[in-house]
Amino acid sequence: MPSYEDTLKQRLGPDVFATQQFRDNHRLIVKSGQLHAVLEVLKHGCGFDMLIDVTAVDYLHYPDARDRFGVIYCLLNTTSGERTIVKTYLNEPELTLPTAFHLWKGADWMEREVYDMYGIVFEGHPDLRRILLPEEFTSFPLRKDYPAHGRGERHNFPVITRAES
Amino acid sequence: MALALPDVMIAPLDKLANWVRANSLWPMPFATACCGIELMATGASRYDIARFGAEAMRFSPRQCDLMIVAGRVVMKMLPVLQRIWLQMPEPKWCISMGACASSGGVFDTYAVVQGIDRFIPVDVYIPGCPPRPEQLLQSVIDLQDKIKKTGTLTGSEFLTRTAHEGPAVLEPTLMPSETIVAPGNYTSAVRLWEK
Repeated sequence: MPSYEDTLKQRLGPDVFATQQFRDNHRLIVKSGQLHAVLEVLKHGCGFDMLIDVTAVDYLHYPDARDRFGVIYCLLNTTSGERTIVKTYLNEPELTLPTAFHLWKGADWMEREVYDMYGIVFEGHPDLRRILLPEEFTSFPLRKDYPAHGRGERHNFPVITRAES
Repeated sequence: MALALPDVMIAPLDKLANWVRANSLWPMPFATACCGIELMATGASRYDIARFGAEAMRFSPRQCDLMIVAGRVVMKMLPVLQRIWLQMPEPKWCISMGACASSGGVFDTYAVVQGIDRFIPVDVYIPGCPPRPEQLLQSVIDLQDKIKKTGTLTGSEFLTRTAHEGPAVLEPTLMPSETIVAPGNYTSAVRLWEK
């Protein structure tokens, strides 16, 4: 068992997370309400000083899925080389998480991307706007209930004929 | 060797204009993807688009008369493409290079325009993914032929092209399976279809 799990249990109690392991890939499954506390301990108490990635999964048509969205934080301890993955689950209509921007500045654009693609709101984020899609886009296209061909976004342009151009 | 040119030559002005225009095309490289790499190769010495008088690539639309759209165009980019096309001075032509620019290619997704000819006029299409430089050279030759056969001094041949020339603009057609239905009660994490 990685040592940071002991630290987490000491500081936040024994039931704060569940674990999964795939090969050398350690995952901490936490409830969304405790996510920020867990991330804070991992940053300040366990030396996870680098946020590798923030991403999300839509489990809409996933077999045996019990929750709609999973949000995933990949962390790295640059001193020891340890890595861990923190995962939390969200369900509509409560698609909000506390931002990790105050712990890792790199969360800024990654959380914007998750918001852009999945519509998950990070409370406390300093500038939560769309990052890739245009401002006027109304959907969250990586949600599985969004059609792959879109809802007409790629058709909605004026047609320029040769005579008028 | 001195050329034995007569002192006076008589030619229709249209033909003269076509001759100079066709042999001095100035491409505007609108290169967004791997087709752009082939476009660069075409411009370099091995394939040497200068043999056909189209080597002066300018990155300002105001200085160009041939737009080569090389690569996929996404919905965020299309207004830019249209604006650049409108900024080019007359007479101007457009080559749609490669599968993505011509039809969207394999990128049949919400974000990628399914062929630029749905929204701007196109003169020559090049198939291929990406097309070889020889194909691009062939398209320049074809465009030169087109200019020489149809061009006019005043550009009046463009005025007849008043209709939309590409395939019909796609309507947002949604399959019943794609329409939004609430697939479950997420607050209790129960799926409706499992009941």
